[in-house]
Amino acid sequence: MSKQMPKRSNEPVFWALFGAGGVLAAFVLPALILITGLAGPMGVPSADVLSYQRVSAFAASWPGAFFLFLVISLSLWHAFHRIYHALHELGVHRGLPVVRVLCYGVALAGTLLTAFLLAAG
Amino acid sequence: MAARRPYVRPMAGWWRRNPFYIFYMLRESTAVFVALYALQLLYGLYMLSIGEAAFDTWLASLQHPLYLVFHTVALAAALLHAFTWFNVAPKAMPVLYLGTRRVADRTIVWVQFLFFFVISAAMIGLALGG
Amino acid sequence: MTQQEINIEVLRYNPEKDSEPSYETFQVPFSHETSVLQGLQFIKDQLDGSLTFRWSCRMEICGSCGMMINGVPHLTCSAFLRDYYPGKLRIEPLSHLPIERDLAVDQTDFLQKLESIQPYIIPKETRSLEDGPFKQTPAQRERFYQFSECINCLLCYAACPQYGLDSGFLGPAAMALLHRYNSDSRDAGQAERMPIVNAQEGVWGCTLVGYCSEVCPKGVDPASAVNRNKVSSTLDYFFRFMAPRGASE
Repeated sequence: MSKQMPKRSNEPVFWALFGAGGVLAAFVLPALILITGLAGPMGVPSADVLSYQRVSAFAASWPGAFFLFLVISLSLWHAFHRIYHALHELGVHRGLPVVRVLCYGVALAGTLLTAFLLAAG
Repeated sequence: MAARRPYVRPMAGWWRRNPFYIFYMLRESTAVFVALYALQLLYGLYMLSIGEAAFDTWLASLQHPLYLVFHTVALAAALLHAFTWFNVAPKAMPVLYLGTRRVADRTIVWVQFLFFFVISAAMIGLALGG
Repeated sequence: MTQQEINIEVLRYNPEKDSEPSYETFQVPFSHETSVLQGLQFIKDQLDGSLTFRWSCRMEICGSCGMMINGVPHLTCSAFLRDYYPGKLRIEPLSHLPIERDLAVDQTDFLQKLESIQPYIIPKETRSLEDGPFKQTPAQRERFYQFSECINCLLCYAACPQYGLDSGFLGPAAMALLHRYNSDSRDAGQAERMPIVNAQEGVWGCTLVGYCSEVCPKGVDPASAVNRNKVSSTLDYFFRFMAPRGASE
């Protein structure tokens, strides 16, 4: 046995984001999808659910903006971490830097864009 | 004496070999819908930042049957994610003790489901009731 | 009682002759209490003496006779032919491990990993005989007990696709045993074992498939050992600068 020290992985950074996103997605996504994807567009119970005034007031408020930022960015970190590992499991090798950059790049870009839109709006 | 020649079996298609693995891959595939939904929310946020007309166009586009189907599937995926997440959470958490008694994994799972129902009801109540 | 017969399909591999493994079917008589292991022993004793497989205790203690039965990792001593009748059985060596010959796998990799985690108590202080035994409360014992039940049967490695995809991964049983010693109140080896946990090949090779814990014949939960150590590794990653390892304790 070689007594050589194994290299410390940077995975804790991505795993922590994956875990935080997983918890948030589990608790809020089903209700949120029901509201923004089904009830809102279908106007149930009223056309007012996702009205511009209501949504922009929500996004402009501190708690609303914070909520949207966490939901969008952490969901992306969570999902792309899983997708990255699933690609490895399906035979796209983990070592390929392109796959890694692409997966976490989308999550990072989405996070920055969300922050920018919420700060500007 | 013959030389050793250990045979390594191929892994291609491994996840189709066992129902447990198929369900695992189904669990992992929920991530695709979580990602698409988050990107779709981000797009909505972008349309919101442009103005009322753009936002209304976005909202109207969501009424397309394809979008409704997408959101229905995404809802199912999010529920599967929540269900599987709550069930494995005790495995990743530090062991909890109440006094000297260890809190059972099943208790942790049920507490999460309880929170899930309270949070979901509050969100739906606030969004649709108000 | 009339004796019934069942077909057992066995994956055969002779490294001296075969380029790859192939199946051979045997017809084996069985009664209500015939285990799968006894079925294989019947083949070896009566039909083909060259069939190679490992076994010892016949009672779920030694951990030698693990094989894939119809694609599921099992100890063959505690699986019974009656439960598969009238279907047939397909018996293969444990998945994800190299086949040495027929149903015997190469365990070298696991044994090296087991050695690397220092699976013994690294004492907190040197004690002389006069100091008497280390004492432990039932609550302290409870923290590691289930992990100490591991019998190194390797069913969890056969259940773990991540190990199959990358055998560099430390794997379920070695991590469960690492956790067993780290969780022991008499042990002070956590800092020494932490570099193994922190590596990509340590806990980070796991995606919580969870099948390892399903197939364990001894009720060990390796998935929880691995994933609790993901939390420890994450804390160690972010807080290592605040309290240098080895400075305390």
